[in-house]
Amino acid sequence: MAIPFQYNLRSVIERWTSTIVAVVSIAGVVAVFIAVLALAHGFQKTLVSSGSPQNVIMLRGGATSEMESAVSLDQIRILQDIDGIERSSQGLPLVSSEVVVVAAFPMKSTGTDANAQVRGVSEDVLQVRDNIRIIEGRFLNPGLNELVVGSRASQLYSGFQLGNTVLFGGSSWVVAGVFDAGGSAFDSEIWCDANNLNQTYKRPQNIFQSVTARLTSEDAFESFKNSVSTDPQLTLSVEREIDFYAKQSESVAILIRVLGFLVASVMAVGAIFGAINTMYSAVSARSVEIATLRALGFRTRHIIISFVTESILISLIGGVVGILLVLPINNSAASTMNWQSFSQLSFSFMITPEFMLEGMLFAVLMGFLGGLFPAVRASRVPIVTALRGL
Amino acid sequence: MVHVNGDNKSDSLIQVRSLFKTYTRGNESIEVLKNLNLDIDRGEFVAFMGPSGSGKTTLLNLIGGLDLPTSGSIVVDNDEITGISGSKLTDWRARHVGFIFQLYNLIPVLTAFQNVELPLLLTGLSKAQRRDHVEAALSIVGLEDRMHHFPRQLSGGQEQRTAIARAIVSDPTFLLCDEPTGDLDRTSANEILELLSRLVEDFNKTILMVTHDPAAACQAHITLHLEKGVLIESSKVVCE
Ligand SMILES: Nc1ncnc2c1ncn2[C@@H]1O[C@H](COP(=O)(O)OP(=O)(O)OP(=O)(O)O)[C@@H](O)[C@H]1O
Ligand SMILES: [Mg+2]
Repeated sequence: MAIPFQYNLRSVIERWTSTIVAVVSIAGVVAVFIAVLALAHGFQKTLVSSGSPQNVIMLRGGATSEMESAVSLDQIRILQDIDGIERSSQGLPLVSSEVVVVAAFPMKSTGTDANAQVRGVSEDVLQVRDNIRIIEGRFLNPGLNELVVGSRASQLYSGFQLGNTVLFGGSSWVVAGVFDAGGSAFDSEIWCDANNLNQTYKRPQNIFQSVTARLTSEDAFESFKNSVSTDPQLTLSVEREIDFYAKQSESVAILIRVLGFLVASVMAVGAIFGAINTMYSAVSARSVEIATLRALGFRTRHIIISFVTESILISLIGGVVGILLVLPINNSAASTMNWQSFSQLSFSFMITPEFMLEGMLFAVLMGFLGGLFPAVRASRVPIVTALRGL
Repeated sequence: MVHVNGDNKSDSLIQVRSLFKTYTRGNESIEVLKNLNLDIDRGEFVAFMGPSGSGKTTLLNLIGGLDLPTSGSIVVDNDEITGISGSKLTDWRARHVGFIFQLYNLIPVLTAFQNVELPLLLTGLSKAQRRDHVEAALSIVGLEDRMHHFPRQLSGGQEQRTAIARAIVSDPTFLLCDEPTGDLDRTSANEILELLSRLVEDFNKTILMVTHDPAAACQAHITLHLEKGVLIESSKVVCE
């Protein structure tokens, strides 16, 4: 049987001042590590929730974002009549032909301008995207210079009170309402009539950037896609809206993770050295105890296990402290540049139980690495000289 | 019986033959033990005396399997311990040797009970069996009412009695005591010596004890003097 765990537990408590450096540095790493995961996850969740599995988005073939895409009115007329598109109560196909621009608006917090994505939409967009609700005012009237503002955009920028007039693109626009898009990327957008937006920006009237259609069911996707792809007049890429946004989020999420993990690993190296230092000083302070245990008959591996356990114990304390440090940021807002459109995108840190578990595992790994060499040294403490107190 | 001339062919419990121990520090070497012989029978209580630096601790460490000699052999209970090393020697110590140190060497963060239990963790005993053994050992040393105290809550004499309980709990073949009363006042020292004598008389333990104190040596059956690397049998120290 091994050296009792209480030996390590009480030793750590007894020598808490020397463990504090290791605990704090491991806590810092775990906090950063979880924050990065939560940031990337929140970002992805926001973008992915923008898409609906029943919707399909079409861009010009080869385009990877709306910014580089163009779809002509002629193409839209053809695809509207393809089987599989849901019809509105008036019997019209549920399709939103859209254009996007980026415009600068003053932020409430700093007063400085930041870019927001402005989306020109079709009349039936709320039936196409049925997860979007008007929470203040009303939807815009087609053909008029009116805006409906996403809930996060209305919080982020000043001047979007109902009835207010806002200037951008050389025209003035009246705020007609605020919509809630369930925390998705649309919440950071400002919507207006697509034709009016084309006019304002002096773009050709019959060119749009994307077409989003609501299908009769999720299962209608394959045959719809097939029909679009086989029509020689439609050189469009067809994707489920949900997949499109998942892809859009991927590169930024990877970037967040890579940068975050770079920072976390640099910190982790520091934390491992902190643990090594703590454990080396524990070993040298307790060399007489260790020599006594060895004289009593405890083997090399008993000593190694005991000191690695102690190091892991310290790292677990660090992990718990790290989680307590990072938990307050859960659900707090963050915003970042959406690199696809160079506009601000708001989202929340989302800490999940898995991230906390991963943070703890990371802490254990640091504790193990930090404890291993000091533990081996402990097991090699020469009994005779250590017992003489040398 | 105890002999120091090495020509005894008996079946003594401990047989030390032609033992040499040389320490080298840099290019300077110190011959501490030079052709030392010793035979000790079971149930003996032997005191070792000698000037500081004469090699008493060195000899005890060799017999206890904590260190290896430069040459020579040590046989305990028919096991030649000078021929084994590593984890085998560690296991041999756990089974055969009870150590008692001058500064007690208790683990400060463990209670008296837990300190005494340590050697038993290396055996296959169940938790309940271990508790019985620990309580029995603590009652032999008269500390059954202190078993949940930590070392710093005990007096020096009580700490040393706890250490003795730890040394006897696994019923080792012999006990090694290096100046067991060296850090104690007279009264506590006498209690410890009385306890050691009782272990020999009542429980037939074999004890090897290093001491500077004639009042301690007189409790032993025989006193050996370590001088110039060998042991010399001296007349029995008589208690005053
Ligand atoms: N690891 C070592 N390296 C070098 N020399 C050592 C070592 N250990 C002990 N010695 C030397 O060996 C000699 C004997 O030491 P030892 O501790 O056995 O003496 P002792 O009789 O127990 O002395 P004391 O009565 O002071 O405890 C001393 O000269 C000591 O300096
Ligand atoms: Mg000594």
